[in-house]
Amino acid sequence: MLIQFRSTHDTAKSLSRRHWLAATAGLVLGLATFTSAKAADDTIKVGVLHSLSGTMAISETTLKDTVLFMIDEQNKKGGVLGKKLEAVVVDPASNWPLFAEKARELITKDKVSVVFGCWTSVSRKSVLPVFKELNSILFYPVQYEGEESERNVFYTGAAPNQQAIPAVDYLMKDEKVKRWVLAGTDYVYPRTTNKILEAYLKSKGVAQEDIMINYTPFGHSDWQTIVADIKKFGSAGKKTAVVSTINGDANVPFYKELGNQGIKATDIPVVAFSVGEEELAGIDTKPLLGHLAAWNYFESIKTPANEKFIKEWQAYTKNPKRTTNDPMEATYIGFNMWVKAVEKAKSVDADKVIDALPGTKTANLTGGTSELLPNHHITKPVFIGEIKANGQFDVVWKTPGLVAGDAWSKELPDSKDLIGDWVGKKCGNYNTKTNKCGGQGS
Amino acid sequence: MPTKVLRNLRALPFALLLIFAAVLPVMAGPFEDAVGKFANDEFSDTDEAVGAIATSGNPLAFPIISALQDGRLMADPETKKVYVTQPDGKIIDAATGAPVASIPDSAAAVRLNNRLRRTVEAALGGLTLLSPDPAKRIQAAQSVFKTHDETMLPVIDGALAKETNKGAKLAFTEARAAILLFKADATDAEKLEAIATIKARGDQEALALLTGLAADQPPAIVRAAANATSSIQSNLALWSIVQNGWYGLSLGSVLLLAAIGLAITFGVMGVINMAHGEMVMIGAYVTFVVQQTIRTSYPGLFDYSLLIAVPLAFIVAGAIGIVIERTIIRFLYGRPLETLLATWGLSLVLQQAVRTMFGPTNQEVGNPSWMSGAFELGQITITYNRLWILCFTMAVFVILLAMLRYTALGLEMRAVTQNRRMAASMGIATSRVDALTFGLGSGIAGIAGVALSQIDNVSPNLGQSYIIDSFMVVVFGGVGNLWGTLVGAFTLGIANKFLEPVAGAVLGKIAILVLIILFIQKRPRGLFALKGRAVEA
Repeated sequence: MLIQFRSTHDTAKSLSRRHWLAATAGLVLGLATFTSAKAADDTIKVGVLHSLSGTMAISETTLKDTVLFMIDEQNKKGGVLGKKLEAVVVDPASNWPLFAEKARELITKDKVSVVFGCWTSVSRKSVLPVFKELNSILFYPVQYEGEESERNVFYTGAAPNQQAIPAVDYLMKDEKVKRWVLAGTDYVYPRTTNKILEAYLKSKGVAQEDIMINYTPFGHSDWQTIVADIKKFGSAGKKTAVVSTINGDANVPFYKELGNQGIKATDIPVVAFSVGEEELAGIDTKPLLGHLAAWNYFESIKTPANEKFIKEWQAYTKNPKRTTNDPMEATYIGFNMWVKAVEKAKSVDADKVIDALPGTKTANLTGGTSELLPNHHITKPVFIGEIKANGQFDVVWKTPGLVAGDAWSKELPDSKDLIGDWVGKKCGNYNTKTNKCGGQGS
Repeated sequence: MPTKVLRNLRALPFALLLIFAAVLPVMAGPFEDAVGKFANDEFSDTDEAVGAIATSGNPLAFPIISALQDGRLMADPETKKVYVTQPDGKIIDAATGAPVASIPDSAAAVRLNNRLRRTVEAALGGLTLLSPDPAKRIQAAQSVFKTHDETMLPVIDGALAKETNKGAKLAFTEARAAILLFKADATDAEKLEAIATIKARGDQEALALLTGLAADQPPAIVRAAANATSSIQSNLALWSIVQNGWYGLSLGSVLLLAAIGLAITFGVMGVINMAHGEMVMIGAYVTFVVQQTIRTSYPGLFDYSLLIAVPLAFIVAGAIGIVIERTIIRFLYGRPLETLLATWGLSLVLQQAVRTMFGPTNQEVGNPSWMSGAFELGQITITYNRLWILCFTMAVFVILLAMLRYTALGLEMRAVTQNRRMAASMGIATSRVDALTFGLGSGIAGIAGVALSQIDNVSPNLGQSYIIDSFMVVVFGGVGNLWGTLVGAFTLGIANKFLEPVAGAVLGKIAILVLIILFIQKRPRGLFALKGRAVEA
């Protein structure tokens, strides 16, 4: 409107164009200063996009609290760039389309500078177009199936090579497992992870008949048949293990049935990728003694940073028994990386922060230093923990150093040549064979 | 002066030795050495220690290794001292057996991993083979059967010669057979006999042992093993049919338990009650609260927690049901669509209310000892919790049936559902009966929650996973007929469990849904359709 008004008042055509440009630039600049002035008056807004109701509330509520806790801690230190942080919490209610709607609301209406959120892959996929279109930043703190690298998303949870593959390596070397049950809930994360694991196991010389793959619906509660099948599969005279990508609520009845049918960890160990301290809080863990979980963090790891974190977290939530878990650590790392990048860029502008993030290093809670890689994943240590009677994990094995997260799995034929590189190649799916950007997934 | 110093120096080694002897008696012998290794907090050291201690013949070996298994073995990494807390609470020094007043704070339980746990189990097996308790002897023999460790053969032979208990004798014979089968220098005759013994055992573990046999055996033995394997397999295949039948019954009982309250509110009253699942959830939370109270105030009563929770869950869920009927549902009779929406909204309200009160995470509901574990019946494993739930469901069903048939309230309920206006003109307070009927249905859902808390998560979402199944059972069985609900639940349960091994859990569930759709096409009123005037009403 304003532009038209001015240009129509000019008489000289050449001048008109120059004025038009100047006016546009002025307007954009004005708008930019106006919006940033409004948003950055005294605070920087941080969006929290985790389900607080519905099925996923069980896992995501904790992460919402974690972000609020981190913001609180940061504000005590004086905030970022001299401004206080302000959380904007929305509830996408475990409803995938609502995730996209709420993300749009956070970015356009609340003008948040960054969003921490999502748990399930389907919710992440649902908000992706919004973050791309509005050019904002999402930190995703949960272990996932990989096969993705987006400019606007930073993945601080484990990729399959930072959780599933080291776990299988451990079982193969330490427990001498020869027969494998890959049991999962029927959705994208278990299916992709199992596809990767199956390819990996076969590359290690495991025969087809020594791999049993089993999927169950969400919230499956009657595990009698499957546990009996596992028992039968495990009695073929070769050491057997179960690799479980069973999700959320279905785990409690699964472990109860294992315990009741007398499958002990010394006979058939179960290594889980979705069972942490929080999930174990709902089960009597005595029958589960010795079953395993693979994560990048355990509450029981004794480092000064972790002890401090747990103490402050329990003080913040006013609950001396409140547990911590792996996605919380991922949120912690992501938040600290974002703070560092903002300080480096001296701005909360999305483009500047996205450019500043790769290479950012921050201490994790287990004594190492995680680095954000050009593929927007991070380096993390991998731990294998055994379930103890008190519902905590005892670390029995860890990777010698930190493992770099692969955005694209090297085990799958479709993705083995792809890399994500947002620094040099500016591409999330760069094919190293054809030297072209593009291919599967974008 | 110099001579004095010299004398002192000469005395030094001796003094040092004395100090060592006094402070570190641990260093005195191989047994003490081995015990000291527990304090290193290295799995490989613990492994060596267990091996050395188990074969040391020291009387402390059994208490140490069993303490290690139960997490009662504490080691102090600073002083390298190791302590055993005896089952009776007394503490002894593991190296000397001398009593100790207390364990220093710096000591921590010696850690185990699965490999070590197996070593410990095997070591304990060797140490308990001669235990006076026959059950322990059998357990020890079973662990030898699994490991078939050749070095155990003399011990087994000795034990077998003395054994008088029938069960233990069989277990020892089987363990001996397992060892002989894998012993390199056993004769063919011994091996054939061993195969026959293992074949007679006939379970999964026997199969595991036989299939694990290396292929480089003499042909006669390979043939005998193959025969035994196939005979065990065909036997197990028969048992697996029995097993599927049992699993079907068990799943059916869960479905029936979840649906039986709905059979009253939806089946008898005709209220499309989407909040039924939340009544189940409330019952489960009542169980949680009861257990929580018992844990903090009366820990001795834990085994009775469920018995206390059942009437409480009935009262709480029933009362909530009556309130819902009085405040919402009674205004919506005859308007099924509005009822559906209102009760669905109500279910969300109840879920969020529970989430706000108790938090979104799972709550721990423990199994009382009589509901944990399993027993073997032939070649199938029957878990106690499933068995009790089956019995409980049948009891609830019979009581409900009797109530509807023989009590005044039951008579009034039937009268109101069959012909409301006639019942009203006979002097029955129909609105009171409506409220009580809805309360009864909700209360039974609450009882179901107590039982389901034993096998499922206690979380605000508990009810959601049962609502679809419950409607399926009631519609399939025939609306308004309790017997239909019973037959419907068990039919679906058994069909599901026979489909699952063939089609997998996901496809199995889809197949069941498709079958029900086809069935409803053919018989829209379900298995047992109500006949007569009630149908038109």
